[in-house]
Amino acid sequence: MAVSLIEKYRNGCRPTNPRLPIVHIFCFSQASCSEAKCELQKRNMTENGLGHRVLNMDTMNPNVKRVEYAVRGPIVQRAMQIEKELKEGVKKPFTEVIKANIGDAHAMGQKPITFLRQVVALCAYPDLLEDDKFPEDAKNRARRILQACGGGSIGAYSASPGIEIIRQDVAKYIEKRDGGIPSNPDNIYLSTGASDAIVTMLKLLTSGEGKNRTGVMISIPQYPLYSAALAELAAVQVSYYLDEDKCWSLDVGELRRAVKVAREHCNPRALCIINPGNPTGQVQSRQCIEDVIRFAAEEHLFLMADEVYQDNVYAEGCQFHSFKKVLFEMGPEYSSVVELASFHSTSKCFMGECGFRGGYMEVVNMDPEVKLQLTKLVSVRLCPPIPGQALLDLVVNPPQPDEPSYATFIKERTANLDILAEKAKMTEQVLNTVPGIHCNPVQGAMYTFPRLSLPEKAINAAKEKGQAPDMFYCMKLLEETGICLVPGSGFGQRDGTYHFRMTILPATEKLKVVLKKIREFHKRFTEEFS
Amino acid sequence: MQFIAYSRKTQYSIQLIYIHGFTLKPSKDVIDVSWGDKHRGGVQPLTFVRQVLAACLYPQLVHSYKLPEDVRQRVQSLLGACVGGSVGSYTPSGGISYIQCSVSNFISRRDGGVPSSPENIFMTSGSQRSIMHVLKLLVHNQASLPTGVLTAVPTYSSFKMMLQRLGAAIVPYYLDEEQGWAMEVEELRRALQASKGVCNPVALYVINPGNPTGHVQSRKCIEEVIRFAAEERLFLMADEVYQESVFGEGCEFVSYKKVLSEMGPPLSHTVKLASFHSASKGFMGECGLRGGYVELVNLDPTVMRYAYTIFSTDICAPVTGQLALELMANPPRPGDPSYPTQSIQAMLVHNMNWVPEVLNNIPGISCQPMMGGAFVFPRLYLPQAATEKAKVVGMQPDLWYCKRLLEEAGVCVGPGCQYGQKEGTHHIRYNPLSLSLATVLKRLKDFHLHFLKEFS
Repeated sequence: MAVSLIEKYRNGCRPTNPRLPIVHIFCFSQASCSEAKCELQKRNMTENGLGHRVLNMDTMNPNVKRVEYAVRGPIVQRAMQIEKELKEGVKKPFTEVIKANIGDAHAMGQKPITFLRQVVALCAYPDLLEDDKFPEDAKNRARRILQACGGGSIGAYSASPGIEIIRQDVAKYIEKRDGGIPSNPDNIYLSTGASDAIVTMLKLLTSGEGKNRTGVMISIPQYPLYSAALAELAAVQVSYYLDEDKCWSLDVGELRRAVKVAREHCNPRALCIINPGNPTGQVQSRQCIEDVIRFAAEEHLFLMADEVYQDNVYAEGCQFHSFKKVLFEMGPEYSSVVELASFHSTSKCFMGECGFRGGYMEVVNMDPEVKLQLTKLVSVRLCPPIPGQALLDLVVNPPQPDEPSYATFIKERTANLDILAEKAKMTEQVLNTVPGIHCNPVQGAMYTFPRLSLPEKAINAAKEKGQAPDMFYCMKLLEETGICLVPGSGFGQRDGTYHFRMTILPATEKLKVVLKKIREFHKRFTEEFS
Repeated sequence: MQFIAYSRKTQYSIQLIYIHGFTLKPSKDVIDVSWGDKHRGGVQPLTFVRQVLAACLYPQLVHSYKLPEDVRQRVQSLLGACVGGSVGSYTPSGGISYIQCSVSNFISRRDGGVPSSPENIFMTSGSQRSIMHVLKLLVHNQASLPTGVLTAVPTYSSFKMMLQRLGAAIVPYYLDEEQGWAMEVEELRRALQASKGVCNPVALYVINPGNPTGHVQSRKCIEEVIRFAAEERLFLMADEVYQESVFGEGCEFVSYKKVLSEMGPPLSHTVKLASFHSASKGFMGECGLRGGYVELVNLDPTVMRYAYTIFSTDICAPVTGQLALELMANPPRPGDPSYPTQSIQAMLVHNMNWVPEVLNNIPGISCQPMMGGAFVFPRLYLPQAATEKAKVVGMQPDLWYCKRLLEEAGVCVGPGCQYGQKEGTHHIRYNPLSLSLATVLKRLKDFHLHFLKEFS
């Protein structure tokens, strides 16, 4: 079997003839090949001369090589390494790593909502239903959920689309949220986080060969799950640029440009939009949503609306409008035709329960044959975790004003959202005081995506290292301050521009310190490379 | 027994409804034993597990509720290992490192000291997710020939569906029913030979103990399989989720990793292996918590890097699943306050020995001895008239049999055609680990005798 020489060089190893006894393999110091590991590889191949034929870089699925997920990428791995070093007592200019790279509220100290945790605990250990320290409304919710579980246990599998009464509760929640527009539980699929449902839909949409290969429109910048999934599925990513100068707003003209160019080399079939946006935080205006729907109808595109941050809206004058609501308010000309999937999750908003992996999607106007295929597709992964389904049920079916847990629930919910709004504002204000950093208002979600002016020298230094300039910047920031951010290159940005994504989640006092350190670092950095 | 009403269809078995699109008349009461799901079958969860889980979910319980000391300590260790002290945080993509360590220690202990490295362990939402990710590394859907994976006949259907979704080809190898569903290397060779020119086989998927067969492989067999995989340069995927469910006389589970290690170099350093396990089966049976893991053995460091990226696109496994794995890896020991007084193992053994006997006494049904796993897979000898009737209706005979069994006797089982079987044979699969087992057997017997009479 011929071994591709180009592949070998790219991996930093000299080519070898597989049929001869292996004598020597050189490994350049690429990120992946440490000396010790290459020694082991050499020994492996010598010992049976065949090792290289089973799973290795040549035989591995080539699509996998194109997959990158910046939020858990090299900078985060380096941050974890530094944490280990700190634990081992290595001296650094800081005492802790602040991981402002991932939208994880609890990791940054946000407390769980009492009611939610009480109910899931009751579900986990039903003996607690006898304990009078739990409020009656929590117990009622738990009993109702347990009755719907196989054998009355959260340890039993559920149906693949999720527990029936929870799907019904989700549908009711959507109806209430959208001013009475009906929602059918049969169109609700519970999932393992929103990511699971998003990837499932992309799988369903991807088909065709060559010029007929599915193209999927996604914003630049975007949450890199989309680009990773598209790379793995070998679908064509069709990028449309958000307008940084207009607060990251979406312009239909740009959508038109992107789809026109795309039609020359692929078959655009879907349009993904994240609202409120990640990493940009922009909250789409109602007018904009209507324009996008009209565009999707004209171009026969399947709309995927990622709305996991729907409660995280802070800026004055901004309001969350669900795609479904707007679609139906545009009348039957659109509402009976446009195909839409909306996604939500328990990981964000006021609950921040990322670890539960709870989520759902609602499909609208899906072809019944396709829906059958979707149902089969989700059955392969058996079912989403029951605790996540239970938590979702409480999010869509929270305490009502006449229930004992209401007061505490509202207090905690409001506090979480208010604090986020304050931090969003503070972040924008402080970063905009730094010469060389420009920060758009954080209208919603959990992140800021400021633009960096980097000196020419820094850009060159980065290029020499083979790193994207904002990666170079972020790595240096990490090494000098312990603050872990994700470089803009991981999300996509216009050529020649540089950004980072930082979460607004650290506790207020800590966030102040983080912003201060970034300001100082940026000054130092600019001076060092001027 | 409860069943879930699902719009106008009555949903009993995920397989029956979603794969074959049944529309079933609701029956007076239905016993669904088509799932490998202990809790659904009425088996109670372990108190220790649920106490720890509840207190991790709602830490106030540690101080406010009377919990045994070992529960309290475990909760404190686990919450200490969660970022921000909350099970609501994301974890590293391979899983919480404290738990990766617990799992690797468990593996080492199980394998008599064979070292296991925490970095080679990836936790996912159920073992199926790990299997999917490993397949993603292996399957090329753009090569000239499809990627092939050697898969046993019979095998549970989700795995086959996964291969289909990825565009891989199934290379079937037949297990030997007369030999208690044993795996034979000659048959593996035949299967591989038959795949030439049809696909490019890269992996061999083995389930031990088997699903649906429950066959527990002998050490000798495992050694032969490993040698075969090494010779033919196949990636070994060892699905060992039923490793704790072994009850046949003289049967013992030994892991592929242990055998591989004991075979010594060069094989022990070179054969690439992925071993899968889960908290869904075994003594915990916590299917709904979705805790599974894969241990990757002898993979190239560069490939490991990409494996990490693939696993990271899920962000992480559900924390409740990770907790379940920790409790499985590290259960209470004799002397601990929560060490269970009643042995679930005893119940299992009792169940399993008499079930094949009862089935063998029903005319027209034969059943191999149950060695392990979660299912019985008896063979049906259907009258000619019945198989012909099924053809007219447009269904596989055993699927049609299952439909009638459900409608007339209220018992839901899985048809052999779903798992694969030798041409012309018919089987059913069901989970005997249910409190309704006696009822199921009685109803099955009554139905079967009636069925034989109808078509004699």
